[in-house]
Amino acid sequence: MAEYQNIFTQIQVRGPAELGVPIGRDTKNRSGVFGSSKLLGAVANAQLGPIYLGATGTLSIVFGLIAFEIIGFNMLASVNWDVVEFVRQLFWLALEPPAPEYGLEIPPMAEGGWWLLAGFFLTVSIGLWWTRTFLRARALGLGYHIPWAFGAAIWLYLVLGFIRPVLMGSWSEAVPFGIFPHLDWTAAFSIRYGNLFYNPFHMLSIVFLYGSAILFGMHAGTILATGRYGGERELEQIVDRGTATERASLYWRWQMGFNATMESIHRWAWWFAVLTPICGGIGILLTGTVVDNWYMWGVKHGIAPDYPAVYAPSIDPSLTQTGDTAGATEAMR
Amino acid sequence: MNRSILRSATLLLGSLVLAGCWEAPPVESEQIGFRGVGMQTVENPDLTESLKRANVLPEPLPAVAVTEGGPKASDVYQNVQVLGDLSIQEFTRTMASITAWVSPEQGCAYCHVGNNFASDEVYTKVVSRRMMQMTMQTNTEWYDHVGETGVTCYTCHRGNPVPEYIWFDQPPANRTGGMAANSYQQNHANPEVGYTSMARDVFDRYLDGEQDRIRVIAQTALPIRNVTQNLSTQDTENTYSLMMHMAGSLGVNCTYCHNSRNFSSWEMSPPTRVTAWHALKMVPSLNENFLSPLGPVYPPIRLGQLGDAPKVNCTTCHQGVAKPLYGQSMLDDYPVWRGEGHGGENDYLVPYDPMVPASEQPIMDGMEKAATAGDDESASLDPVLRHLMTDSVVR
Repeated sequence: MAEYQNIFTQIQVRGPAELGVPIGRDTKNRSGVFGSSKLLGAVANAQLGPIYLGATGTLSIVFGLIAFEIIGFNMLASVNWDVVEFVRQLFWLALEPPAPEYGLEIPPMAEGGWWLLAGFFLTVSIGLWWTRTFLRARALGLGYHIPWAFGAAIWLYLVLGFIRPVLMGSWSEAVPFGIFPHLDWTAAFSIRYGNLFYNPFHMLSIVFLYGSAILFGMHAGTILATGRYGGERELEQIVDRGTATERASLYWRWQMGFNATMESIHRWAWWFAVLTPICGGIGILLTGTVVDNWYMWGVKHGIAPDYPAVYAPSIDPSLTQTGDTAGATEAMR
Repeated sequence: MNRSILRSATLLLGSLVLAGCWEAPPVESEQIGFRGVGMQTVENPDLTESLKRANVLPEPLPAVAVTEGGPKASDVYQNVQVLGDLSIQEFTRTMASITAWVSPEQGCAYCHVGNNFASDEVYTKVVSRRMMQMTMQTNTEWYDHVGETGVTCYTCHRGNPVPEYIWFDQPPANRTGGMAANSYQQNHANPEVGYTSMARDVFDRYLDGEQDRIRVIAQTALPIRNVTQNLSTQDTENTYSLMMHMAGSLGVNCTYCHNSRNFSSWEMSPPTRVTAWHALKMVPSLNENFLSPLGPVYPPIRLGQLGDAPKVNCTTCHQGVAKPLYGQSMLDDYPVWRGEGHGGENDYLVPYDPMVPASEQPIMDGMEKAATAGDDESASLDPVLRHLMTDSVVR
């Protein structure tokens, strides 16, 4: 049986680099071929390059690098320029957004100014990279599925770092730049707004996230399993359905009663992936602006069930302390 | 064949589960709430043995026969301000137990001048007097937290002159000044708050003097303008780091005190949360009224980087277990620390200046018999005391 160029192929074909169609004067935006790698060929195409950067790609890297440096050097400064500590505590270090008292004002550099600046440069960088995904798709005559999917991720990024803070009237509502700090922020955010698991858009986002993973697993498994019949040549199979498609379709019909088509499985996967950040973004956007406590909202709308009490209900002790009016006021907030 | 496949699958699944754990497995959990809602307490069996060893009560000193109507400590000794009501026998027994709990190696001389036990010359004597008052105050006024179990010197000291777990104010994080970004006392690895990146000044915020607001979760489904404005996510991180400290100190998880669905709901909380609530009132009060004011008494070596006195937090007593010393009470053996007739009605909360000589301190309950002759050389050792202070009894 013939061997095909899928992951199981052990033969790596070496020849003149494949440059694709001539692109006329745009050729100057394209780098040369960097060479080919046997190691790379073991998991992907062995040929490395050419990469097409152009103006948007180059500027995106420049702006992204500026943001990266602002974040990195502020982290380094936070351990007093101690490189050893920087490496040791890298996962803990962060560049924090301004404190709540600044609202939407522009704070001094040390008090969140650097965060705003880094956010600005990062956003410009991401915007330019999005433009690039759009322009390259157009240049190749493709649909715009990838730019729109990338746009869905950018939506979540903008909601977290810009749109929601603006609606809440405070930069302090945004996420810090940092590995553990942004995770701690996420946990605190959920606690502050009464448990994000009761946010329906958070639920949907999780459904699409886990759904994306299972669809990815099912699809990849199906294609690899039919590779021996040419299943990985999906486009050809779409046009001229062969035995690989027939077997894959039959397999899933036997398994679950229906099957995707060679084409529709990719729409499923695309929408699941795209809806993950879209729903997540809506969920974040509603938090604090429209809903303040998701658990209580869930009780109000009948999605948070009551469970039988296992111990006698506690009473808020701040309400029973005589003369402790401060405590009572605190409890009523 | 089938069996070996099953076995490999089980092993693979097992190792996947292990890889996802932070602490070395296994961790045992016990269901404490309704099924399926994640209400459970956790225990790491690797730590159980060492915790058990660390929480064994010291052997109580033999009880002493008390003569009815016999002399009281304050009748016999001078400058006995707190324990003056005790019979001399019980007084010497109490002194011996304190030595065993606090300064087993250093002996009486850790607090007393050898030839004049009445003298306040050694700073540790002034400190320990205040600590006795604090113990009594805790067992009377903070019954809601310490319950029938109560505390003694041993709860914190465990044989150490300075308790192992104390805290000081933290100097600002080591950061470059000027234009470099402020990290708001966050974003450095800190074991006190469970190695999260959250606030490192959590004790200063919540456990000393005026307390930052702990309740950050909204109490209405929908936002109310002007009421919720100051509850920022950053405030929440600070509360969260306090909770991490509490959980770490007690060796418990969130659901030991909170329900898994709505952390702020008292109706659904395990009763332990009420006990913890009283602790968060007690600890700042103890630090403000007892620990911090002792600052001027200490030599510099006992002070923090910012010159503040050592203070208490949850770990000082709990030391990794939910109930200090596994809830074993020492009060039946040493009833003096119940503080009956002491500490109640905030007796010991009058403004306290340790630098004022004992004779000029405001008169408080239990202090009426305060003697003035701190340097009286005629103060002599009672034979019982001398006997009790020998190593064989103390150990």
